[in-house]
Amino acid sequence: MLTVAGQRVIAGRLEMVRVSLRNPPRVLEFDGPVAVTTLLTKLDLRRDCVLVIRDGTLVPGDAMLEADAEVELRSVISGGADGR
Amino acid sequence: MFSPGDRILVAVSGGKDSLALWDILLELGYDVDGLFVNLGIGDYSSDSGHFAWKFAEARGLKLRTIDLRSEFNFDIPAGSRAARRAPCSVCGLSKRHLFDDAALRGNYNALATGHNLDDEAAVLLGNVLRWEHEYLGRQRPVLQAGGGFPKKVKPLVRLAERETAAYCVLRGIEYMLEECPLAEGNRHLAYKEALNGIEDRSPGVKHSFYFGFQDRSLPLFTNDGGPTTKPISCERCGASGNGQVCAFCRLLERTGGNLPSPPASVNIRGTKSVANGHGGNRHG
Ligand code: SF4
Repeated sequence: MLTVAGQRVIAGRLEMVRVSLRNPPRVLEFDGPVAVTTLLTKLDLRRDCVLVIRDGTLVPGDAMLEADAEVELRSVISGGADGR
Repeated sequence: MFSPGDRILVAVSGGKDSLALWDILLELGYDVDGLFVNLGIGDYSSDSGHFAWKFAEARGLKLRTIDLRSEFNFDIPAGSRAARRAPCSVCGLSKRHLFDDAALRGNYNALATGHNLDDEAAVLLGNVLRWEHEYLGRQRPVLQAGGGFPKKVKPLVRLAERETAAYCVLRGIEYMLEECPLAEGNRHLAYKEALNGIEDRSPGVKHSFYFGFQDRSLPLFTNDGGPTTKPISCERCGASGNGQVCAFCRLLERTGGNLPSPPASVNIRGTKSVANGHGGNRHG
């Protein structure tokens, strides 16, 4: 395994977990594999306040995200004073 | 909350809660139509409407849209400026008026909204912090019809908003993910954040706060689910309220908006003398 500028590279391929977020829209990369709980702690997010979604389904809190995983972190807090 | 065969009107925003609610009620076999109010809040409103319509079209459902600009000649940002009130306050009173009115005119058995446990606990916290007795007396998941108001129900009060969002993901329901640009800084969000912080350290506290209030404290604030003042029919539109002119018509006066049409039937509105606490129940 080579280490290039802090990123692990295997056979020329970046081995990162890609995480997309909103408000503002952005994609962050983390060394993989990484546990969902670790990811949320790193991002200072409460488990209650987000869903972790991969390929259109939910990822449980105790799951491990392997290198190359692409997930969405979706906030579940909505906020008007009245009414849905 | 409902009886078999009831016709239900769901207040649809295009967000996770209202679409989850619509889907759940359909799954349970109820006859449910939707109502979407285009609030005129830029792309947020048009995109929200898109999700509401997409949901309805995919399932062959009846969804009605009320467009504030084209029907009443104002939108929430303009209404907020004209009335010198917070956008959420103007928005809340407009939606309450229009949803109530549509439920009555359409002869629905109930108006259902997607308020979840997080919403209701945050509202309760706001009302407790200011000891809003009248609002506290109204904060119940079912308000019976009467006093010129439709029956109003909140079937999702036992679910956290994380659960309604998860339901949508698992059911493949696409919903509006962007937040309303006018929500920033409102008190309701601050109360939610505060409760989430407490919940983190004391799991289950939101549930016990809200349902403890329902079970043990609500009777302290009301005798029968209803307060206090007799509703008066608005002299402009016939809607029930607390004054000669209802809050929505007063708002339209200030915005120079079009007046709503008078009620379809005076028998629907304002014929009973006892209010059932259908005014706003929340502090944003
Ligand atoms: S955040 Fe406020 S203004 Fe925006 S839709 Fe919700 S209640 Fe209306």
